[in-house]
Order: sequence, then structure tokens, then C-alpha cells
Amino acid sequence: MTVQGWTLILLYTALVVVLAKPMGMWLFALYEGRETPLHRVLGPVERGFYRLAGIDPNAEQGWRRYALHMLLFQLVVLLFTYAVLRLQAVLPLNPRGLAAIGADGAMNTAISFTTNTNWQWYSGEVALSNFSQMVGLVIHNFLSAATGIAIAFALFRGFARREAGTLGNFWADCTRVTLYLLLPLCVIYALFLVASGVPQTLASTIDATTLEGVKQTIAVGPVASQEAIKMLGTNGGGFFNANSAHPFENPTALVNFVQMLSIFALGAGLTWCFGKAVGNTRQGWAILAAMMVLFLAGAGVTYWQEASGNPVLHHFGVAGGNMEGKEVRFGVAASALFSVVTTAASCGAVNAMHDSFTALGGMIPLLNIQLGEVVVGGVGAGIYGFLLFAMLAVFVAGLMVGRTPEYVGKKIEARDVKLAVLAIAVLPLCILGLTALSAVLPDGLAGPLNKGPHGFSEILYAFSSGTGNNGSAFAGLTAGTPFYNGLLSVAMWIGRFFMIVPVLAIAGNLAAKKYTPETAGSFPTTGPLWVGLLIAVILIVGGLTFLPSLALGPIADHLAMVSGQLF
Amino acid sequence: MTTPSSIFSAKLVVPAIGDAFRKLDPRELVKNPVLFTTAVVASLLTVLLVIGGEPLPLGFQMQLIVWLWLTVLFGTFAEALAEGRGRAQAASLRAAKSELTARLPDGRMVPASRLKRGDIVVVETGDLIPADGEVIEGVASVNEAAITGESAPVIREAGGDRSAVTAGTRVISDSIRVRVTQEPGQGFLDRMIALVEGAERQKTPNEIALTILLVGLTIIFLIAVGTIPAFAHYAGGMIPVAILAALLITLIPTTIAALLSAIGIAGMDRLVRFNVLAKSGRAVEAAGDVDVLLLDKTGTITVGDRQASEFRPVPGVSVNALAEAALLASLADETPEGRSIVVLARDKFGVTRVALPEGAEVIPFTAQTRLSGLKSPLGIVQKGAVDAVLRANPAAPVASELRRMAEEIARSGQTPLAVAQDGRLLGVVALKDVIKAGVRERFAQLRRMGIRTVMITGDNPLTAASIAAEAGVDDFLAEATPEDKLALIRKEQQGGRLVAMCGDGTNDAPALAQADVGVAMNTGTQAAREAGNMVDLDSDPTKLIEIVGLGKQLLMTRGALTTFSVANDVAKYFAIIPAMFVALYPGLGVLNVMRLSSPESAILSAIIFNALIIPALVPLALKGVTYRPMAAGPLLARNLAVYGLGGLVAPFVGIKLIDLAVAGLHFA
Repeated sequence: MTVQGWTLILLYTALVVVLAKPMGMWLFALYEGRETPLHRVLGPVERGFYRLAGIDPNAEQGWRRYALHMLLFQLVVLLFTYAVLRLQAVLPLNPRGLAAIGADGAMNTAISFTTNTNWQWYSGEVALSNFSQMVGLVIHNFLSAATGIAIAFALFRGFARREAGTLGNFWADCTRVTLYLLLPLCVIYALFLVASGVPQTLASTIDATTLEGVKQTIAVGPVASQEAIKMLGTNGGGFFNANSAHPFENPTALVNFVQMLSIFALGAGLTWCFGKAVGNTRQGWAILAAMMVLFLAGAGVTYWQEASGNPVLHHFGVAGGNMEGKEVRFGVAASALFSVVTTAASCGAVNAMHDSFTALGGMIPLLNIQLGEVVVGGVGAGIYGFLLFAMLAVFVAGLMVGRTPEYVGKKIEARDVKLAVLAIAVLPLCILGLTALSAVLPDGLAGPLNKGPHGFSEILYAFSSGTGNNGSAFAGLTAGTPFYNGLLSVAMWIGRFFMIVPVLAIAGNLAAKKYTPETAGSFPTTGPLWVGLLIAVILIVGGLTFLPSLALGPIADHLAMVSGQLF
Repeated sequence: MTTPSSIFSAKLVVPAIGDAFRKLDPRELVKNPVLFTTAVVASLLTVLLVIGGEPLPLGFQMQLIVWLWLTVLFGTFAEALAEGRGRAQAASLRAAKSELTARLPDGRMVPASRLKRGDIVVVETGDLIPADGEVIEGVASVNEAAITGESAPVIREAGGDRSAVTAGTRVISDSIRVRVTQEPGQGFLDRMIALVEGAERQKTPNEIALTILLVGLTIIFLIAVGTIPAFAHYAGGMIPVAILAALLITLIPTTIAALLSAIGIAGMDRLVRFNVLAKSGRAVEAAGDVDVLLLDKTGTITVGDRQASEFRPVPGVSVNALAEAALLASLADETPEGRSIVVLARDKFGVTRVALPEGAEVIPFTAQTRLSGLKSPLGIVQKGAVDAVLRANPAAPVASELRRMAEEIARSGQTPLAVAQDGRLLGVVALKDVIKAGVRERFAQLRRMGIRTVMITGDNPLTAASIAAEAGVDDFLAEATPEDKLALIRKEQQGGRLVAMCGDGTNDAPALAQADVGVAMNTGTQAAREAGNMVDLDSDPTKLIEIVGLGKQLLMTRGALTTFSVANDVAKYFAIIPAMFVALYPGLGVLNVMRLSSPESAILSAIIFNALIIPALVPLALKGVTYRPMAAGPLLARNLAVYGLGGLVAPFVGIKLIDLAVAGLHFA
């Protein structure tokens, strides 16, 4: 490890914390439906959309209606993307004449992008036309991110409102977040990327002649516009197969740093927005503090492991850190940091191949996902996942102050506990259940590239990534088969919507409750004690469940490596 | 009441062991899903042992099965023990109730069980009152020791706020007619028996929520353990069912699940021992959540009686003259206020008279005149409410001066009494409320706990404000009518706060019913006792504060043991995971951080620890965790250190010690 490496990690953390408030303020304005300076320009567009769709943005919706409209919307855009992929061959902007995508693959990709997972079983530059990328996929990058934030807003309202029957309007939340936040930010972001050398063109290939006189076809396309929302909306689906390891997606060290920052920017902002929404910004800071402690611990372990390298290779005289699967441009620290950021959030973009990390270095990204991606997490999804754990923490330990557990003024009662447990239990059920299935069925066993515990890690990672809506791959796994396409589609769908619906039900339940004013006798949910408790509950309830699987995967892998055996 | 001194006295433990087995009935056990799961797993292993096929040593399997069954039995035992304690108390109550007979107005005797609501009975000296009811005629002194444990008799009389009588109590003088107010089997005593026995126990909202959490954790761990065979299969091995079962049972929250109902029963029981009857467990929990305490001034904040503190003469009258007159007017006054005037005059102003003057005639206090005094050869002296004395002496000069002085006294929180002699106004006596010793500190303590105190008084706002300031309450309600009280409770509840109050009169009933915790005084009317959700058998309004403490203690005990139980899992993982997987990947032996002697011993030690921790924590569950009134922050820090950190560390130590024993004795 180097001072430079640690400086990078600490500087990054500091900037995330600095970004939390300004991003939070912006989000809070949208949460409240307040006028922003952008309204003067974009206001007519917003109203135009509503008129076109016949929507009254001020019509408040109860949780059931909010959930129903959200689900219908997801279904429609999902089918749209499925159709685009299936009809790719006859649709425009396909100069290379790429064929249509198969049914299982198209369904997998449509679900993958709808659920903000962006798991890619295909290579974007080989399989997809510019039309498919721009129209079929990128709309999801915006809409799935906006949906996540809308759900978070609905949950915030559940905590903030008193004896209310409604949670806001899904269409208004989704439209405002897209129009006043994601689009303007992405325009600026994309321009910065273009200036840094990221291609933005409707052409799909460039023919070049190399110094040796060989003719080369280089894939290009509308990369910058996709790249911006890919990071900001924690989507992670790359234009190219190599994702952010590709020089066209991630050309410079500065772009790399900005990409990492943009992954956490909205997630961190949402913690502040939550605090503001419930009337005490310290509530938000406490959450961000717990997230940052978990993040730094993870980043520390991965960086340490990657910098330590592989003792077996050291034996052969290969000194230094583990450089397998990493871009030399980025080196150990920036790759380790990127991997932890992208999995802590549910982004899934990668600038190095996680499969090639050391066993423990690669375990942290895996664990990050398994914890439910609550360390900042996906836009919206991170904070609502985290709030589930907060409710659980309050419930387990809250009684110890001699009162019925309360969180930010709302009593946590039987129904809330039931729904929170339901939402949290979906993760292990899906991740462990589907991994178990794949670990015994021949179709599943055909997937992993490597033998032994490392191969097991590859399967485990795939289902963790799918269920957690992360989308990053441990590579190594041949996932483009009907078996994996099908099971991963199930994982992604369940991981997203079997969590969102209970979350909305909780929001509805909380909104209807009375507000309990905070007193000296209330359970304190702002100080260091609370931060520590949150971390403990996340690790014990969220993490320990996966210990057996981790023991048989990365931990066994690591111990074998230490004793000189590689897989 | 019989009060078993030791939790583990043989008188209670022996029957509890029998009950522990009886509670293995699946229909009974299914109410506790975690223990039910444990029993199912234990049964499964028992069957597997019989049919054979597990690749494990027979002795090891048998030990495992024994400990699993013991885990279930310890859980049912904890509940049985808690119930047994209540039943011992119920037995003495039932004895009082069994042979009640009633005397009807026509002289016939009928068994009390035949009495219906509305029947009239006559109870004479020495009789036991046959049913709950209301005195409609007569006055009697009644010994209520059977329910309160207090042997000093109390007065029960028709009309007013002391008309309720309870079945099983004894009339020791006079005769009364009582109208029965309860249907048979639903009387106060019946409900009390049912309550302390736990027969009618329903899960409280909080227990339900906690049970859901425990079921949720059980499901999550079922998933975690249920997928292991597939993972092991991938690694080319097989994990015996017995070992998976051991991991599952140690991970699911058996400890808190086993103790949960015992904690609830014991909490109610503590309240009963404190001579407070809660009509539901819900009320006890609400007590822990209380944000606002409405406290009656008299008896709770101040000692019941006011005391003379000062003589203030009008200009032209000497203090001694006023003291002399006030003493004369009070010599025949037997009220504590009157006596305090005599004491003040004698001690501070040297007035020496001790006996009534010859030929004196007492002017008694009546509600109409609102003054009292003495007519004697020395003249007529009067003392009473300022308005009343002024009205009786309309021609007196200096009336405005007297009125001004009276107002000043009222503003300082005291009550003025005017004194007149032969139509001449002499001055004012100030009567002071005496704040009870220590209440100020208690209110400060409550404030630190986040509980607001509101003093309820019939005094005027000036007096009330001054007493409130002196006693250190946060707020007060002056000239309070029952409607005001009700309105105040509603207003606080609107703001999301939970309110506790106590009361005794019929006109308190609506407020008692509205309050989240309404403690009715046992001396109060039947209406009040029906309206409240608790009854204080000692009729001591200060107990409201302790009731809040008991509610908090109940919730804290539950939280502490839940936290302890969940934190325990870390060590259990580290005991069993390496033991389970070391055959697949020998390297995983490094996870055996406790250096347990063998995989079998590690698994056995974890399961033994998991079982033994239940009886080890039974005393804590029954007694409740130590409760100290303090703010939530420090309280949480303390409890997290003890039960959170303790819960992390204790099983590491415990499992290691058990492993040393298991290995030393060659059990595995």
C-alpha cells in the first residue's frame, strides 16, 4: 500500500461527504415539489408531459396506487425494450446489420435494465446496434434511477407525514427527478466526458490502419451520453463489454475519479435529503457516517489485499500487488477503490475484473452486494434498503431504553417489522437459494470457468449481483445460457420489486401513524452509539447469513492461496 | 398474599418441571414458533437416530438430541415457572372467594355465584361481601386485606366517591346494602385471579412484533442453513443432517424466544406485587411509553393538609392580637389547618391559651357560610374564606386593604383565611401547601427521562403557579374540572404523546378511560375502577411514577435479552462453521478462533451453551434488568455495553469453557 493510494481513498471519501449536502438540497427541492431555477426553462416541458399523458401531478396516491402505477410503468417499459431488442434487425441505426437478440437474452436484458441492474450477458459493441443502446437501454438508465429515487421519496414521506393516507404522486416524482436532476446533470457530465476524449457519435465503427499496416475496425458510438447516466444513476451497464476499463468509456485518471464520485453523488445526497425531510439533518448525517465507516473498512481490506498481491506469484519472483485483470493506467489503488464503490452502490460498472482480484479482495465487493447494497447504495435503493436495517436496529435495541421502538418520530410496530423482515429476507432467499440450485444442477455447474471455491464464488457473485441489482460480473461465469439468463432474470426481478413493494407498504403504514415527539427518553438515532449499532446490525443480520457461503467461496479460496494452491 | 421469596424455591420449581413437559403439546408449542422449530428439528434427529444412516458416532448424535430437547424444555420450563409464581398468588385469592354466600334483603341466604348484576344484598358485621358492588345504603368499615394486604379498615359509604366494595372483603362494623355491579365470574377478584395466573394472557402488541422478528430471523437462518448442503455438494462433500440441525438451532433466537413469555408474565407479576393490577399487558407496556404524567396536587405533590405559615394583620392591628383571635377561632377546629393555626400562634407568638373559654359556643363550618369560629364572653371570632368573612362583616372598614393582602398571599402560592372579631377585620392567616419531601428531585429525574409532569389542582391559577414552581413540575392545570382534565389529555394525545393519570371519583372516569394509562384508586368508585386500565390497591397516587418505571423495566428486559440473543450468534458461527467445513477445505480450520478441541466437541459445546444460557437467564427474565431512571442516551450506552457487547463476548468464553469440559470428559 502507498501513501498515494490511501490519499486517493481518503480524498474520495471526503469529497463524497462534501457532495452530500448540495446534492441533498437539490433532491429535497424535488422531494417537496418546490420550484427550482430550472423550472423556468423546463417547467413547460414538465406540464406538457402531464397534459400529454393526462396526469394530474397533484393527485396524491396511497401506497397501493403508488405501487400499482409504478409496477405498470415498469412493465410497459420492460416490454418496450424487449420489443426493441427482438426487432433490432429491422430497426434503424443498425449499419452493421446486427441480428435480433434471442428471446431469453432479450428478456434478461430488458429485466436487467428495468431493475437498474444492468447485468450484461452480451458484449455491447458486438451485439447491440446504436438504436438498441440509445433507445432500448438508455431510457432505463434514466427511468430506473428516477423510479428508485421516487420510491425513496415515498418512504421519506412515510416517515415525515403525520396521519396521512398518501405518499405523493409516482408520475410527478419520476418526471421531476428525470427532468430537473438527471437530465441536466447528464448533459453537463456528458460534455465533460466528450472533452476528455469519450466518443459521442452515431457512427458505429471506425476503420483504422495500425503501424504494422493491419486494418482494424474500432467500435464507437454514442458513448458519452450513456456513460454519464450509467454512473450517476448507478446503472453500470457499459457501452462496451470492458465497461469502464475500456479507454473510450474511461479515458483519463480524472474521468475515473469523477466516475467514482458520480456513483455515490446521488446516494449520499439522499441521506441528507432524508434528514431534511424528517426535520433533522443529523439523522441523515448519522446514516451517511455509518455508510462511510462500512465503506472505508471495505475499501481498506480490498486495497490491502490487492496491494499485498498473490504469495504464489511472489514465489515465482513476481513482486508487488495483484495486477491481474487491472488496467495499468489505474493501478491497484484506483481499481480496488472503484470495485468497492461500484458494489457498495448498486452500480456495477467496473474498471477492473473482480474475478481476477485476490480472494479476499474480491470478497469485499461480493459482501457489499450481499449486505443489500446499503453502503450508499443504488440511487434510492440504497437509502430505502438502509432504512429497513435502521428500523430493524431500532426494533432490536430500541426496547432497551424502555419504550416502544421509535424511529424519527414513528413507532415501529408489528406490521412494520413484518414488512421489513420480508423485504430483508428476500435477499438471502434469492441469492443463496438460486446459488444452491446452480451448485447442484448440471446446467449451473457448466457455468463457472474455474474449479474449486473460486468457481463457487463466480456463481455466488452472479446471483448476488443479480438479486442486489448490481450488475457487475465476477466474469469467469459463462452466463449467456438460457439457464443463467432465466434464473438471473428471476433474481433481478425479485431483488428489485419484492423489495420495493414491501417498502411502499411500510411507507403507507408509517404515513398513517401519529408523530411521536422526541424527548430525552426517546431512543437516540443521531450519535456515534447509533452509528455503531447500525453497523453491528447490518453486519450481524445482513452479513452473517452469508458467512457459510463466503467460507466455502472466497475464504476457502484465500486460505488455499496462502497455502500455495490456486484455482 | 403469599410472596415466594426465591425464584427457585422447590415449591415452585417442582410443579414447573411437570408443566414444562405438559407444554410440549404441539398445539401449545406452536404458539412459540422458534421453540416449535427447535422441537421439530429435535424430533427429526430422533427419528434419524432410530432409522440410522447418519455418518456420525452414535454417542455424539444422542448427546446432540438430548441437548436439543433440553433447549425446548428449558424454554417451556421458564414459562411454567413464571406462571407458577402467579398461580401461587392466585391460590390465596381463590381461597378468599370460594365460600362466599349472600344475604338477600328478605333474609334468604344464597351462594354468591348465583348473584346477578342489579341484585341487592345486605352485608352485616363480620360478613364477607359476596360480590363487587356499590353501597346504596349505610356506612361500614371494611377490611380489604384479602386484596390489598393492608389490614387497616377503610370506610365505605353510600353516595360519594367511596361507595365501591369488592367481593371477598369483610365488613367489620355496621351494616350496608350493596347493589351487585358485576355478572358472576367477571368480578374484580375473578379478573385478578385470571390475571395473576396468566390464564387470560394475550400477547401484547410489542410481543407480537417481537415474535414476528424472531420468526423472520428463523426464516432467514433456515435459508442460510438449508442451502449449505448444495454448497457442500459443489465442494465435493456432504454435511450430516445432525450438524446442519445444530447450526440452525444455535443461530435461531432460541434464547429470547424461550424467555419472551416469562418476561411478560413476570412483568405483570411485579406489578401485582406492587399492589397494582393492570387489566392488560398492553397497559403495562403503555406505561413504559408515557410522555406526560398528570399528577393530582394533593397527596402526590403536597402533603394533603395545608399549614398556617404567617399572620398578617391589617394596619392598626398588632400581630399578637391577630394571632390571639385566630387561635380562639381555631381552638375547636379539629381540621389539620385549624390545628396548624393553633400551633403557629402558640409557638411563634407566645399565645398561651389552651382551653376553650367558659361558656363558649362553637360556630361550625358549613358549606353555605364557609366560615367557622367561636362565640364566647370574649366576643365573636370568625375565620374563613376571605369572601365569606367579608360578606359576614359588610360594614367593616379596611376591607379593600384586606382584599389586597389576601391577593398577595394567593399570588405567593398560599391560601388566605380572613379573621374578624366582633365585626372588625383583623387580618389574614396564610395557609401554605407543604411540598412533599423529595418530589422536586423526582420530577427532575422524570424530566431527564423525557417525561413531562403536569400538576392538576382545584386551586386558582396564582396559587397553582407558585406551587408548581416550588415543586418543579413542568406545567399545571389550575381550577381543574373533570372536563378540563379530559380536554388536556386529548390535547396531549393529539400531539402524539401518551398520558398517564390517576383518579378516584366518578367524575374522573371519562379522563381515566381516555388516558393511555389510567390508574384508578381502589378506594374510588366502581365507575372509576371500571374506567381505568389499572387499579392501585393501596390507593397511593404517587405510585404512578413507579408504574412507569415498571413498564420501562419490562420493555428493557425484553430488548436486553433480544440484543443478547442476536449478538450470541457471532460466536456460534465461529464455533460451528469451521467444524462443519474443515473436512471440505482443511484451511478453514483457521476460523476456529476459539481453538476448540475437535469438530464434534465444537458443535456439542455450541449447542450446550445455547441450551444452558436459557436457565442461566431465567432469573434475569423474571426479576427484570436493573432499571435506573436516566435519559435514553446513557441508558442505551449502558445496556448496549452490558447486553450487546456482553452478548458478543459471553458465548466465546462460555463455549470455550464447555469445550474444555466436553473434551476433558471425553464426551466428544
